[in-house]
Amino acid sequence: MRTTRTLSALALATVLAVTATGCGSDDSGSKQTLTVFAASSLTRTFTELGRQFEAEHHGVTVRLGFGGSSDLVEQIRSGAPADVFASADTKNMDKLGDAATDPRSFASNTLEIAVPPGNPAGITDLQDLTKPGVKLVVCAPEVPCGTATQSVARSASLTLKPVSEEQSVTDVLGKVASGEADAGVVYVTDVKGAGSKVEGITFPEAAGAVNVYPIAALRDAKQSRLAQEFVDLVLGRDGQQVLADAGFGKP
Amino acid sequence: MRPPGVGLPRWLYLPAGLGAVFVLLPLAAMVSRVDGTHLVALITSPSSREALWLSLRTSAASTLVCVVLGVPMAVVLARTDFRGQAAARSLVLLPLVVPPVVSGIALLYTFGRRGLLGHALHVVGVEVAFTSVAVVMAQTFVALPFLVISLEGALRTAGQRYEVAAATLGASPSTVFRRVTLPLVLPGLVSGAVLAFARSLGEFGATITFAGSLAGTTRTLPIQIYLERFDDPDAAVALSLLLVVVAVLVIAPASRATVRHRRGTR
Repeated sequence: MRTTRTLSALALATVLAVTATGCGSDDSGSKQTLTVFAASSLTRTFTELGRQFEAEHHGVTVRLGFGGSSDLVEQIRSGAPADVFASADTKNMDKLGDAATDPRSFASNTLEIAVPPGNPAGITDLQDLTKPGVKLVVCAPEVPCGTATQSVARSASLTLKPVSEEQSVTDVLGKVASGEADAGVVYVTDVKGAGSKVEGITFPEAAGAVNVYPIAALRDAKQSRLAQEFVDLVLGRDGQQVLADAGFGKP
Repeated sequence: MRPPGVGLPRWLYLPAGLGAVFVLLPLAAMVSRVDGTHLVALITSPSSREALWLSLRTSAASTLVCVVLGVPMAVVLARTDFRGQAAARSLVLLPLVVPPVVSGIALLYTFGRRGLLGHALHVVGVEVAFTSVAVVMAQTFVALPFLVISLEGALRTAGQRYEVAAATLGASPSTVFRRVTLPLVLPGLVSGAVLAFARSLGEFGATITFAGSLAGTTRTLPIQIYLERFDDPDAAVALSLLLVVVAVLVIAPASRATVRHRRGTR
């Protein structure tokens, strides 16, 4: 009989472990949870907007999930319980097709050169990135910021020879902020968000590759009314103010 | 081998089976996603071959460095007594428990351009960041504890009887080390080196933080897989399969040899 008892103890432990880790996604009582998936570059602004939304909607908790837009699309397609999706580019929003209800552009972002404080390599424009001895770090062409960097370089007829092609803007910023690289190409908002850790150098060619951010309530949203209200907040005056403060351009 | 008559408690098989399923199911799921028609094209593309070749080269180099540095470290830890030895051991094994990204940051602050030794290295004309050397350093940093811990265990299990006997017969410490200690713990050394190689092959976090990611120089297979995932998920799955196959090819013969050796000595 000891075997049976041990078995049931094991079974009980398993059940406990499973229930303990399961998320309480039920909408019992007046507590409601709105889940917003947003591109990593929106971390600061959407955290702020989430707080505003909670303040305006009593009993509503905004749960934010940040990540690369393509990762988030993959998660939404696999059934992640998201109500709103804000993408860093139209390409990834388009992948959702009908699953996204009426996507609207809410912000734009342009490229900027980031250099370590003091600009040790004396970079002043895009051309300078090709100077011999300049350690340049960019995003890999596979990720959106890398695609934009490539198209800017191409239209300026420049061949960039980076020492590293990073997976994300954060990785590029890290290499620049630590002084490991002399320059990196990231977005205006990234330079602004990094504060005094890097300096930004704008360049006119950036206007040729403007990234537009779309947002949409999702068709399968559990909180479709709240989802639409969140989208409205982002598109409205308050939302646009928060985004502009962070350096985002008009859509 | 277990002597006959001592059975295992039957309930043990349930969690054991669950554990095995938990490990094998994701692998099977990945294999099921492999796009069979393009598999060969995907894993023989120039970027894949470049990444695989770089991974194999850097992992072999870091394994070599791990052996050169790790064997003496293990011997010192297993065969001597000094104050603070327990603390020293914990510190040496730290990369085992620290997230690889943290290891990468630590390496950056040591050997990076603005790191502790960065200026001195710059003066003598050495710049490691963004080179394959940085990849090897990152891999060595995270893989070294695997070799040290398994070899130290082997040394302690083997004991010192034979070493003492050899020394009494007049063998010098170097001769004892070379002719007695090393052959005695060879299986432990081999499995430690295999573990270090496997860990190097899978290294991602420290490499990406410290070495960067450039095709042919620093973009190893795991980084290539991570990158492909954004753009071409089929290629990412195909490369993952390749990495698993390489890892199995490396680990299987070595672990079989170790088991055979252990059985042989009993």
